[in-house]
Amino acid sequence: MNVTVPMPNLSLVVPEILMVILACGLLLVDLFIPKDRKRVVGYIALAGVVVVGVVTAAFWGKMAQPATTFSGTFVLDRFALFFKEVFLFTTGITILISLKYLEIEKVSLGEYYALMLFCTLGMMIMVSGADLIVIYLGIETMALSVYVLAGFMKFDHKCTEAALKYFLLGVFISGILLYGITLIYAATGSTQLAQVAAVIKEKGLAKNPLLVLAMFMLAAGLGLEIAMAPFHFWAPDVYEGAPTPITAFISVAPKAAAFAALVRIFYHGIQLLEPQWQILLWIICAVTMTIGNVTALMQQNVKRMLAYSSVAHAGYILLGVLAANQVGVQGIAFYFFAYAFMNMGAFGLVIYLRRENIVGDDIDDFKGLAQTHPLLAVIMVVFLLSLAGIPPTAGFVGKFLLFAAAIKAGFYWLVALAALNSVVALFYYFRIAKAMYMQSPEPLPQLSPGRGLVLALVVVGVFTLFFGIYPQPLMSLAKDTAHTFMMFLS
Amino acid sequence: MIPLSHIIIFSLIIFTIGMVGALSRRNVFIVLMSIELMLNAVNIALIGVSSAMGNLIGQVLAIFIITVAAGEAAVGLAIVVALYRNRLTVNVDAINLLKW
Amino acid sequence: MMVLILAVVLIPLLGATINGLFCWFTKRKAHIIAVPAIAIPAIVSLILLARVLQGERFDQVLYWWIPLGDFRVPIGFLLDELSAIMITTVTFVATWIHVYSIGYMDHETPRGYAKYFCYLNLFVFFMLTLCLANNFLLMFVGWEGVGLCSYLLIGYWYEKASAANAGMKAFVVNRIGDFGFMIGLFLIYKHLGTLLFSQAFASAEQLSVGVATLITLLLFTGATGKSAQIPLYVWLPDAMEGPTPVSSLIHAATMVTAGVYMVARTHALFNMAPLSMEVVASIGAATALMAATMALVNNDLKRILAYSTVSQLGYMFVGVGVGVYAAGIFHLFTHAFFKGLMFLTAGSVMHALHGELNLQKMGGLIKKMPITGWTFVVGALAIAGIPPLAGFWSKDEILAGAFMGGHRIIWAVGTFTAFLTAFYMFRLIFLTFFGEPREKHLYDHAHESPPVMTIPLIVLAVGSAVVGLLALAPHGGIVGFLNRTLGEAHEAAGHEGGLTYILMVISVAMGVAGVVLAYFMYMKRMPDPVAMARNFRPVYTLLYNKYYVDEIYFAFIVNPVVGGSRYALWKFVDVIIIDGAVNGVGRLCRLVGGGLRYIQTGFIPDYAWMILVGAVVIYWIGRLF
Repeated sequence: MNVTVPMPNLSLVVPEILMVILACGLLLVDLFIPKDRKRVVGYIALAGVVVVGVVTAAFWGKMAQPATTFSGTFVLDRFALFFKEVFLFTTGITILISLKYLEIEKVSLGEYYALMLFCTLGMMIMVSGADLIVIYLGIETMALSVYVLAGFMKFDHKCTEAALKYFLLGVFISGILLYGITLIYAATGSTQLAQVAAVIKEKGLAKNPLLVLAMFMLAAGLGLEIAMAPFHFWAPDVYEGAPTPITAFISVAPKAAAFAALVRIFYHGIQLLEPQWQILLWIICAVTMTIGNVTALMQQNVKRMLAYSSVAHAGYILLGVLAANQVGVQGIAFYFFAYAFMNMGAFGLVIYLRRENIVGDDIDDFKGLAQTHPLLAVIMVVFLLSLAGIPPTAGFVGKFLLFAAAIKAGFYWLVALAALNSVVALFYYFRIAKAMYMQSPEPLPQLSPGRGLVLALVVVGVFTLFFGIYPQPLMSLAKDTAHTFMMFLS
Repeated sequence: MIPLSHIIIFSLIIFTIGMVGALSRRNVFIVLMSIELMLNAVNIALIGVSSAMGNLIGQVLAIFIITVAAGEAAVGLAIVVALYRNRLTVNVDAINLLKW
Repeated sequence: MMVLILAVVLIPLLGATINGLFCWFTKRKAHIIAVPAIAIPAIVSLILLARVLQGERFDQVLYWWIPLGDFRVPIGFLLDELSAIMITTVTFVATWIHVYSIGYMDHETPRGYAKYFCYLNLFVFFMLTLCLANNFLLMFVGWEGVGLCSYLLIGYWYEKASAANAGMKAFVVNRIGDFGFMIGLFLIYKHLGTLLFSQAFASAEQLSVGVATLITLLLFTGATGKSAQIPLYVWLPDAMEGPTPVSSLIHAATMVTAGVYMVARTHALFNMAPLSMEVVASIGAATALMAATMALVNNDLKRILAYSTVSQLGYMFVGVGVGVYAAGIFHLFTHAFFKGLMFLTAGSVMHALHGELNLQKMGGLIKKMPITGWTFVVGALAIAGIPPLAGFWSKDEILAGAFMGGHRIIWAVGTFTAFLTAFYMFRLIFLTFFGEPREKHLYDHAHESPPVMTIPLIVLAVGSAVVGLLALAPHGGIVGFLNRTLGEAHEAAGHEGGLTYILMVISVAMGVAGVVLAYFMYMKRMPDPVAMARNFRPVYTLLYNKYYVDEIYFAFIVNPVVGGSRYALWKFVDVIIIDGAVNGVGRLCRLVGGGLRYIQTGFIPDYAWMILVGAVVIYWIGRLF
């Protein structure tokens, strides 16, 4: 076999390269920073993330057409760029809300930020993967960093347990994912999405049971990070045990990355299997929404409640995947930004309530917040409204797009179920609102939030409202994303 | 030459053994080893398919998997050690603080 | 122009946001933010009005909310003669109500004080949104917003059960009306394919009469809720539970006038449906009469004013119903001044008498509080239609319009109501401000309100006295100005010299008669009102109990719904179906949720098994199809 390796076009991977340099550099810099000043590392990481975000954004105008490099295994299109911005935004906000939290938990270490950047790097590779191998590598880069982050408070019993659960289930599922990749390779002789698609078309493999099984295995592998039923079992436990900023991070970024990879594989790789994957995703979507919402009803722990709520949101987003039309992709893209705002915000509130001896994640910790901290209560209500999908919030617009896409594709029953689920969801979101407004506070020690946390809360709060009232800018970006992405398909 | 179907069936057997081990064993270390077995089953299948297809993709992926598995083992053992320090057990049956 | 309009709308919102978010900081100083937040828009509105006077118009979509294919929701503003008059009225009156509130609310807790001003600003914001919207949806946002704010403000003293209930009642009754309004909006979108006023009205003529009638009647249902007309007026008198400046705001400038404004705004649709116009005018007249009779015997200061508002709103609907839209809006405009004034004076009286509202315990207060008393008299003269005060001009326009349009019965009812209006208003005045004090104790403690409260009274009194003269301005006065947008349904309202004057004289005579009769009954005791009440016991009782409407609603609607399900149906339907469906689903969900939690055992191998089994089951089901 004669193999020639052409020189890849490195200009397309500049954000990733920067990210690697930043993360490794951070590890080095960390050595020279005294133990009590570790938040400096956080500031550097934040600045770096902003820079990478700007660099990534600069690609937007040039990427009206997708471009590939590394022999077609790495693709850069607006879809990838959009999601990279979602990850970078989430990472930035997570760093902001971590600064003070880590000090309270007495685990203020520089590695934390480096790991977070490696994790972001993994996700950035994941959404740009045009080859199953690259996607797999992205997943593992992300996952290995997240496992460590989830167990970052290594003296905390719950935290280490959460890490172990996440790790074992994650590795178990990645075995299944790999077998799925192998089966696709066995059936088509390639792992590159474009070639897989071409071979399926050429040989008429659309009904091949081996491929259908492989498709399901891939869905399972990504489904773990998405937290869709029945692969969601780790989510509530890990969300509850992990450090709260990491919980916030896990609930948004890896989910978005896995969704992006799922959409790319399903739309660009095995789109001819659409009848098959639609049936499976239909069932999964229905089960996911319902399990998430119904189980959330009786939770007493807010982090756990939000975990189930994020399972339910995965169900709503699956509507967009199922729809397989331009509005659907637009909805997914928009929703992830909206979801980043509101979920980071809600978890940020939980962090705000963290103080000595109180974790702040019990629903009773929210009691009477409207009296003691009216501003905080109002912001929380905004997040809750958005999570529940009530106008004028970004969450509503996102949900509207997803539902509209599903209706356009003819999934009436599923949309009806989703609407019913939204009603159920109102109930548990408003349990928090009720605790804040209808119950009287218990005497509490003074809260001492960091400036970073306050800044993060204000930013996501304003965005949640702003893009609810004036969603156009974000919508048109999402529309461009969807447009180029679906154009490539036809 | 060994037919591809034999290799695939062999790898499936190994994969199933690994999966059953991961599901039924209680010691975290053995669970981890079982999962490694699953990954190796994948490697066998990949290399078999690679030689049958006549391209290198499968072998490339196999090498990546071996590398990643090493990383996974390192992270996994670190987590297990941290957990052991807190709980003095590595038995997955004893680990359910987080539930419901 | 866009910038100015945005300023008018957004500055009150800004004020509300600041006071809402930082009430822990603004506290007692909340008015420093809240008052300018209304006063600046008031000035800007005047500028806008001046520009509209010069013939400018503004109608522009600011942006499209969630643009998605054919479905687009416009966010945009419309400024024409009608909305210019509306925003000027709203902001002007609201400004003085805000100033007045500084004095009135000074007993509140600091945080409550800030909260109060936050709601007040928000209320005005939604009203301005409603008035300036250039499409049905944004109007609906404002429409719902004022409903929400009224609920918050009426129930402001939510510790008081009656206040909380009144807030609830207002909310529920308005929901009923809004439901009709919403269906109307759907129908408009369905038949005209647009929510923009300009497009909808331009293509209104495509509508068949039947559809137009249906749509307008549904819209009018919304208006009866918001503007307190038969049969949905019941919430307004109860709304008195809120702080008095709030009542003033609700009655004068915001909220209740929304219905009249909406009918005038959609006049293009109403013109297509003569039957609906007839219904509007008739309901308006009936409400005017009914509410006026209820006010005759009531002894509660604020309730009398509330019934008077209902009655005056009836006039406005008569105006828009008989096709003289401009006259209706003109009456809305003048009414804002004198009703705002009268509520504020009532608040001043309450302030002086520590919350006492019973007329029978007052008397002679004019000596203690001359400014309050005399400004009230100005307001009462205005509402009674005594020239040259404001009410005379607008009421006369409406009645003349009704008469000329051939609605003789409605004209007669309106004229008679004018007599009743003058009577009950002066009954109130004579009992409150003149004669001998009936409760010595209360009287002795009475005192004039501080200047921060009396200055708004004086300003509004001057307004009540003179704004009617705008009718005499060149080019047809304010009516001619409004007619530039509203047009007239039929030409009959042309001035037929002599007849107009005769009508005018009749209505003035009615007003004077009412005043005189009240003077003789309540100052000279001849005929003695107590004896009258005794002689006409059934009528008196009927009126005193407000025609038993609340009781009827309870007997025929609320109790059957509540009681029926509780007693008659309880045995099987309720337990099995209603309970099962309403509570049951919730309970079932919680039960299932409570049960489902326990799948989450916390053991890793269990999770792995469940993932595997779940995946296999889903895969298997999927393959079945």
